[in-house]
Amino acid sequence: MSFALGLRCRDCGETYPLAPQAGCETCFAPLEVVYDLEALGRALHPARIASRPADMWRYRELLPIEPEAASPRPRPTGLKIGWTPLQPAPRLARSLGVRELYIKNDAVNFPTLSFKDRVVAVALDCAVRFGFNVVACSSTGNLANAVAAQAAALGLESFIFTPADLETAKILATRIYGARLIQIDGNYDQVNRLCGEIAQKLPWGIVNVNLRPFYAEGSKTVAYEIAEQLGWRFPDALVCPMAGGSLLTKIGRGFDELRALGWASGDSRICGAQAAGCSPISTAVKNGSREIVPQKPRTIARSLAIGDPADGFYAAETIRRTGGWAEDATDEEIVAGIRVLAETEGIFAETAGGVTVAGARKLLASGRIDPNGSLVLVISGNGLKTLDAVADQFDQQVVLPPRLADFEAYLSSRQPAAPALETVLA
Amino acid sequence: MPYNVRIPAPLRKFTAGVETVSCQAPDLGGMLAELSLRYPELKERLCEPDGRPRRFFNVYVNEEDIRFLGGAQYRFRDADEVLILPSIAGGR
Repeated sequence: MSFALGLRCRDCGETYPLAPQAGCETCFAPLEVVYDLEALGRALHPARIASRPADMWRYRELLPIEPEAASPRPRPTGLKIGWTPLQPAPRLARSLGVRELYIKNDAVNFPTLSFKDRVVAVALDCAVRFGFNVVACSSTGNLANAVAAQAAALGLESFIFTPADLETAKILATRIYGARLIQIDGNYDQVNRLCGEIAQKLPWGIVNVNLRPFYAEGSKTVAYEIAEQLGWRFPDALVCPMAGGSLLTKIGRGFDELRALGWASGDSRICGAQAAGCSPISTAVKNGSREIVPQKPRTIARSLAIGDPADGFYAAETIRRTGGWAEDATDEEIVAGIRVLAETEGIFAETAGGVTVAGARKLLASGRIDPNGSLVLVISGNGLKTLDAVADQFDQQVVLPPRLADFEAYLSSRQPAAPALETVLA
Repeated sequence: MPYNVRIPAPLRKFTAGVETVSCQAPDLGGMLAELSLRYPELKERLCEPDGRPRRFFNVYVNEEDIRFLGGAQYRFRDADEVLILPSIAGGR
């Protein structure tokens, strides 16, 4: 059973039933799901979770979902959402200068290779229960892919709203599922505003509008998995990319819940990384300001290009209260971050991953993260979706005739490979 | 200098269902005061107890976020189209 009791306003505390609703009717603040953690703690123990299948539903009591039997449509099986690797990263650790480093690798989350599969799994489970036949979202790409794929798996119709300048891979990986893709001549914040207006007119389940309180809960599974994979402990620090700020906020909340349940203890400094060309949250953190000042995004990290982050206020609060910090990375640093992660650990992340690696390097260099502690980097999406970001990184590929002599000539004449990344990053 | 302000669906129960309100006030603070005067129940929805606009809604002027136009300093112009929208927008 679910231990979700209802929705509560994060600002004024007003409570609401578990039903589609975007924000508080009194003060407009975001809503969050409240659980009966005491009852949950009596009913569930980490040992029982350990015996369950390796996907995000192993934490189902901590999500606002009903038992499968209560759902009008069967939950799609075989999508293998969540329980992504927490990969030790010793070579990247040496490059960054930290003792103990892990990559939480949602670049290999299924079915669409980003952490958004987690949030959409919860949102669409709720959409079915609430009786929506049409689901929609505003997206910078990863959410689009996840909604399109999982809507198809559930037999739901989907409308996906994105900025027009989306990467080709993200466009095709939305349309292939039969989703209706609506590209808008504007940036994400303008697309999001339009979806807000649409939500007032049409009886749709919009995953990041009226399903948002439920959708956001899926991000907590990143936190649960990190703690469980570390043997029910927290890393000393964690770096997470920030777009709307929801993932970071929910990782903080996930850790809080595990503390309240007594399943893990101690502190973890939660740090955020943004692109320098879209840094409303990291700017607020660095300035010690509680106000998030919106920006017009200009960055190759298009999945993070949200100039008016809906959860920015709470992400900054989470960073502050956990003793974390925030950094931002230029386009060059983002590409260098993608390359060093790929070259040292064999993980090809999208631009947001480059932001995270570059941000972590700066946070370690400035002493905001202890180099003698343990550190987890959250890699939220796959590099195959943002190939254009690295397309200009390599010389024209040489094509050889199929003769041994030509290959030997090539080997002896070969120039040293691309400059060492350490030099580029210095 | 009249301009139209569109009220979001979740707040229309405080405007007797009225979706578009014509306002005259020259700036954001004035507009919120004018709306609050006409529809007293809107006041606590739109303003903190100390009178500042609440954090979680946005105001758009001709589709641009008013914070990019000078925010509280912006002077409304004749026939501006003003939209109030929760930052996580939408009704049920």
